[in-house]
Amino acid sequence: MLDFLKDIPILRYIIKQIPLAEGTEKATKWIQEKFAFLFDPIKEHFGNVMDFVSGDVLANIPPVLFILIVAVIAFFVSGKKIGLAVFSIVGLWFVYNQGLWEALMSTVTLVILASLLSVIIGVPVGILMAKSKIANTIFTPILDFMQTMPAFVYLIPAVAFFGIGMVPGVFASLIFATPPTVRFTNLGIRQVSNDLVEASDSFGATGSQKLFKVELPMAKSTIMAGINQTVMLALSMVVIASMIGAPGLGSQVLSSLQRASVGTGFVAGVGIVILAIIIDRITQNMNKSKE
Amino acid sequence: MAVVEAKNLSKIFGKNIGQSIKMLDQGMTKEEILKKTGNTVGVNRASFSVEEGEIFVIMGLSGSGKSTLVRLVNRLIDPSEGSILIDGKELATLDKKALRQVRREKLGMVFQQFALFPHRTILQNAAFGLEVQGVDKEEREKRAEESLKMVGLGDYIHQKPGQLSGGMQQRVGLARALANDPKVLLMDEAFSALDPLIRKEMQDELIDLQATMKKTIIFITHDLDEALRIGDRIALMKDGVIVQIGTPEEILMNPANDYVEKFVEDVDRSKILTASHIMKRPETINIEKHGPRAALERMRKEGISSILVVDGNRRLQGYVTADDASEARKKEVSNIKEILKTDILKVAPETSMQEIFPMIYDTPVPLAVVEESGRLNGIIVRGAVLAALANDGEVNMDA
Ligand SMILES: Nc1ncnc2c1ncn2[C@@H]1O[C@H](COP(=O)(O)OP(=O)(O)OP(=O)(O)O)[C@@H](O)[C@H]1O
Ligand SMILES: [Mg+2]
Repeated sequence: MLDFLKDIPILRYIIKQIPLAEGTEKATKWIQEKFAFLFDPIKEHFGNVMDFVSGDVLANIPPVLFILIVAVIAFFVSGKKIGLAVFSIVGLWFVYNQGLWEALMSTVTLVILASLLSVIIGVPVGILMAKSKIANTIFTPILDFMQTMPAFVYLIPAVAFFGIGMVPGVFASLIFATPPTVRFTNLGIRQVSNDLVEASDSFGATGSQKLFKVELPMAKSTIMAGINQTVMLALSMVVIASMIGAPGLGSQVLSSLQRASVGTGFVAGVGIVILAIIIDRITQNMNKSKE
Repeated sequence: MAVVEAKNLSKIFGKNIGQSIKMLDQGMTKEEILKKTGNTVGVNRASFSVEEGEIFVIMGLSGSGKSTLVRLVNRLIDPSEGSILIDGKELATLDKKALRQVRREKLGMVFQQFALFPHRTILQNAAFGLEVQGVDKEEREKRAEESLKMVGLGDYIHQKPGQLSGGMQQRVGLARALANDPKVLLMDEAFSALDPLIRKEMQDELIDLQATMKKTIIFITHDLDEALRIGDRIALMKDGVIVQIGTPEEILMNPANDYVEKFVEDVDRSKILTASHIMKRPETINIEKHGPRAALERMRKEGISSILVVDGNRRLQGYVTADDASEARKKEVSNIKEILKTDILKVAPETSMQEIFPMIYDTPVPLAVVEESGRLNGIIVRGAVLAALANDGEVNMDA
């Protein structure tokens, strides 16, 4: 309908489709080639670490022992209440019973590593945002972008940079799961009452003394709430990452989907739910019990 | 040398400060500036200096800028204009590190809202300043415990602030500042949450501290009685302006304007006023020179019924009454000593009116105000006491 406008030379350029897709592709390729020296060793070493954790460490822990350890942790973090511990034992036993133990271990590895990296990166970025106006204005839209972009989209550059398997899975879930930790850290530090900041200033505290002795301890429960969200997001992303070959409960779901076998899909799904509940309650209670 | 000196200090909250400063220079009030620009004048060109070992009280109604002023002193907020000198050093010229050093060594602050760290125990709170300075754990906890004991909280050291009452929390704030042993204490309504008994105790403690340790104290309060009790000098603030600085007596006796007058009108003057404030210049005769005739003459001229007798050094000897003097004249007695009465009540110049009150009703002759050396300073007549209490301004300031 607007085709006639193309006859006006300047407008031709305006109306023409902006080549964002091609541009992104080119940029990704460029990064992929130029930074191969970086990606390849990451892929290799990190892959080794993960194989070691899931293949050698977790796989060699007898399931009974693993279940017991989780139950004990659950018992103590929930203030010596028995509920969560019982649930953990029953739930994990069920997963084992369904022959999903190995998949569970892979998923746990992915979640732990992805969350750990998210926290290691997210907390300092959050602190930076709380301290610097410039950092805050730069990172806020980036965080919005990271969180609203459909999670699947991250799988594409992840594959481009790291191929398939666990490593791109961690990479994708890192992007997807880090924002809450950053946001909550930022929020938590900003929420520390001005009075307390003034008090520590008045005694001549340095910036880092103020941070570690006052701001971080005060923001701790807020930060922990962010970390809890991060862990849950990491879990959800790890399931999605099965599409790019990340092993675990997610890949069980995926293969059931491909074979349209409702039963096995449901069982794997239940396994994920059980894991989610255990992780969620444990991280939440860690926050409470320390208050 | 002044320990703390503020010169022309202003603080304006808001945007476009420069314009508001200009308005201040044009003499516009806080209210006008707020209306025109939306900016709040916190402090308006305040100048004062606090000498070593002095308790300098800043007083004023809520919102008059007391907290803002004290925050300018340790530069928790930057002034919009003017300068602040600590031990003669201009704070604005110091870099971050040097400013920290000044705060650590010289300035301890007690906060109006306590500002205790809720995640730390009372002991850790009190030790915070020392911890920041890198004092090792054993030493700092020992010192923190001492200062907690000083404020009467020795038994609570392992509690968290949330477990303590408001008054106790306030004392923790005080102990935290004291543990550092700073040269200057900045106390923002530090006693406001204390009950009267403990409050008085803490006031005494503070006066002691100042006397024994030569601390310089800037003390904020909106309680005039407290200000008069502990202040060596008092600065009265209104709308960010310091309207008057003076000793408690100066503030009471010579209010600089209506505002100050209003502020001080409810004061229980009987506690503040002393004999020297209300005494009058006495009519006297000299025991060595004057006889009954001269005494009678003077009394008739002044319209009084008795007159004080002093010696050549103005030391009080006694008094004679008009009756006795005329009797003596009839009998041709020439030596005044024969009719001298000595049953006169004497008070020291610093005797408070509270004490004078009952005395004045028991005696027909005026009270004599006598220095330790015996030298007569003045007399107190019943009327003057009443006048001073009624606050009609007829008090004798040049005494
Ligand atoms: N951070 C701030 N931002 C904006 N305005 C402020 C700020 N702090 C104080 N003010 C304003 O400055 C003025 C003085 O406040 P300040 O807290 O110094 O009063 P104050 O004399 O300590 O009162 P109070 O007795 O209630 O503690 C008030 O008008 C207040 O609204
Ligand atoms: Mg205040």
